[in-house]
Amino acid sequence: MTAVRVFDPAMCCSSGVCGPSVDPRLARFAADLRWLKGHGVAVERFSLSREPAAFVADPAAKSALETLGEEALPLVKVDDEVKSRGRYPSREELAAWAGVALDARAEGASPLRGTGCCGSSGPDTGAQQKPGCC
Amino acid sequence: MSTLVPSPTRFLFFTGKGGVGKTSAACATAIALADAGDRVLLVSTDPASNLDEVLGEKLSVTPTVVPWVPRLSALNIDPEQAARDYRERVVGPYRGVLPGVAITHMEEQLSGACTVEIAAFDAFSTLLGDPAATAAFDHVLFDTAPTGHTLRLLELPAAWSSFIDTNVGGTSCLGPLSGLSAQKALYAASNRTLRDSAATTLVLVARPERSSFREAERTRAELAALGVRHVRLIVNGVFLAEDRSDPTALALEARALAAFDSLPPGLRDLPRVEVPLLPFGLVGIAALRQMGSPSTPRGAPTSLAASTPFPAERLRDLVDELEKQGRGVVMTMGKGGVGKTTVAARIACELARRGSSVTLTTTDPAAHVEEAVRALAGGAPGLRVTRIDPALETRRYTEEVMKTAGSALDAEGKALLEEDLRSPCTEEIAVFRAFAETVAEGAERFVVIDTAPTGHTLLLLDATESYHREVLKKPSGSSEAVRQLLPRLRDPSFARVVLVTLPEATPIHEAMQLERELVRAGIHAFAWVVNQSLTPLSITDPVLRARQANEAPHLRELAAHGARIALEPWSAGLAME
Repeated sequence: MTAVRVFDPAMCCSSGVCGPSVDPRLARFAADLRWLKGHGVAVERFSLSREPAAFVADPAAKSALETLGEEALPLVKVDDEVKSRGRYPSREELAAWAGVALDARAEGASPLRGTGCCGSSGPDTGAQQKPGCC
Repeated sequence: MSTLVPSPTRFLFFTGKGGVGKTSAACATAIALADAGDRVLLVSTDPASNLDEVLGEKLSVTPTVVPWVPRLSALNIDPEQAARDYRERVVGPYRGVLPGVAITHMEEQLSGACTVEIAAFDAFSTLLGDPAATAAFDHVLFDTAPTGHTLRLLELPAAWSSFIDTNVGGTSCLGPLSGLSAQKALYAASNRTLRDSAATTLVLVARPERSSFREAERTRAELAALGVRHVRLIVNGVFLAEDRSDPTALALEARALAAFDSLPPGLRDLPRVEVPLLPFGLVGIAALRQMGSPSTPRGAPTSLAASTPFPAERLRDLVDELEKQGRGVVMTMGKGGVGKTTVAARIACELARRGSSVTLTTTDPAAHVEEAVRALAGGAPGLRVTRIDPALETRRYTEEVMKTAGSALDAEGKALLEEDLRSPCTEEIAVFRAFAETVAEGAERFVVIDTAPTGHTLLLLDATESYHREVLKKPSGSSEAVRQLLPRLRDPSFARVVLVTLPEATPIHEAMQLERELVRAGIHAFAWVVNQSLTPLSITDPVLRARQANEAPHLRELAAHGARIALEPWSAGLAME
């Protein structure tokens, strides 16, 4: 079975509802992962502020964090391969990487530029800020 | 044996409106139990705990033995400290392992209101739900924060348990909760203990005043709905005028009698202990041993010299000054029960009567601003009365998120988002946003904000600062109201903090501590209001004379403090909100 592992920036919740302004991209990404799971893909998600051990245990996540800092996050791995850094991929990308067919009626999702629920977007994303959610 | 709580269970919760004597009753009961040979742990869950001052001992987050009382230990659940400890437990092991920037970011993300609430709640749950944590004690007494904050704390075990149970998404907003399965068992155990009548007693503490009885009844009803049914009532400060020619004494007595006449049915049948109004403040072990003891000392002899005149302004002098600004925010702050709501209502009504547009509102979920305004002859034209209602704000926030962020999602995504929004954390965010919007209104008109008692207000202030730090780093995304909140509060020509106190040790010291915290946040108090003072009145009743004389050192302390002070005489009509 394909395994998708998401290494999130330090944040309080994966859908971003706990910041003063909610980023629709985060809510959407959470829904996309749920959708992947529903298609038999193993999905694991780690937040830097809650599960730092996962970052230490994963050599790719750890070295990306060391070289790129926070901008490496979110980092998405499919099986052992790093697929994206510093942004949240779209449902199409996730589907293609995991080898899952998109539903015929699925909405086309635009690429999701990265942001953490609690404000961890890279400087180039122009993403919305979620101050101090935790 | 304690006369205040006969046949005590293992866990005792002392709760009630601010200023009713929760801490005194909890301390007096704890001392009586320890004196009788039991091992007792006394715990304050109030973020602005007064245990240290009342017991005369510096306490910490772990049990400290109280001097002069063998077998009694006490601790404060300090939310900020609990959050720091929690943060260090999570982050500490990764220093030097993960890059510094990652460590910094982790710390920042674990500094907000939700972490603080959960960390404090976690410490509380451990004492209540983990038998090993309190194995060394026969009784654990909780001196709680004023009602609003305490109801929230006592509702959280059920709220989190049910959120965890119904959270099918698994990735949902559990905030900074870690080790979820272990916590789940702990919350369930806390929940069971709270409902177990053989293990837990809720001790409602009230003054013989209508508002105080009403709030006790509200607490009783809300906690009964949670399954907490073993309840007792302590009525503290019962007063019978000894000198029938003293109008103040007669008014005080009449108010108490009227309150007993309208005792809510839910309280009438509870086992009840009445404690007389004491002529002295309940600070220190010796004074506490006298509370509820049969040989309560009476007042001082009437030959006591009348207290020296105290030079001070009146509240209307402060309003003169406030009016000049034409708009802005006025916030009343202080310990529970000092009359913040009444002072806020009086300032708002006075400004409105002088022709200004005024909003009067409250951040205290337990406050009754509408009633305070009614008591002031129905308010004034141009006065708008509102309140920040946590349940309503949470609903508003949830709807807004579903309409914005949720609009592009499919049904499954919507369900996931809705589930996240049911997290008990959401309320913190919703209330904070409402507060920021309320302050923003002050750009157009006067906004008079009656705040919750100190502890809750400190947490709101802390949340404001942590949001502000984030906002400074990345200004886009958050609303104008949130971005401007701290700068507005720091602007002395925009925001005026009025510290309200009674002429007694604990509320003065609590307000001074609050004042220091405000200064640390860059906010400077505008003035103090000493409320319900007997000093300007002509008093002959012996108990009240003694209380009047006892005000003098406290007023001197405040005068030496160098603040602008308005003194308001005791009055039956406007007493205690």
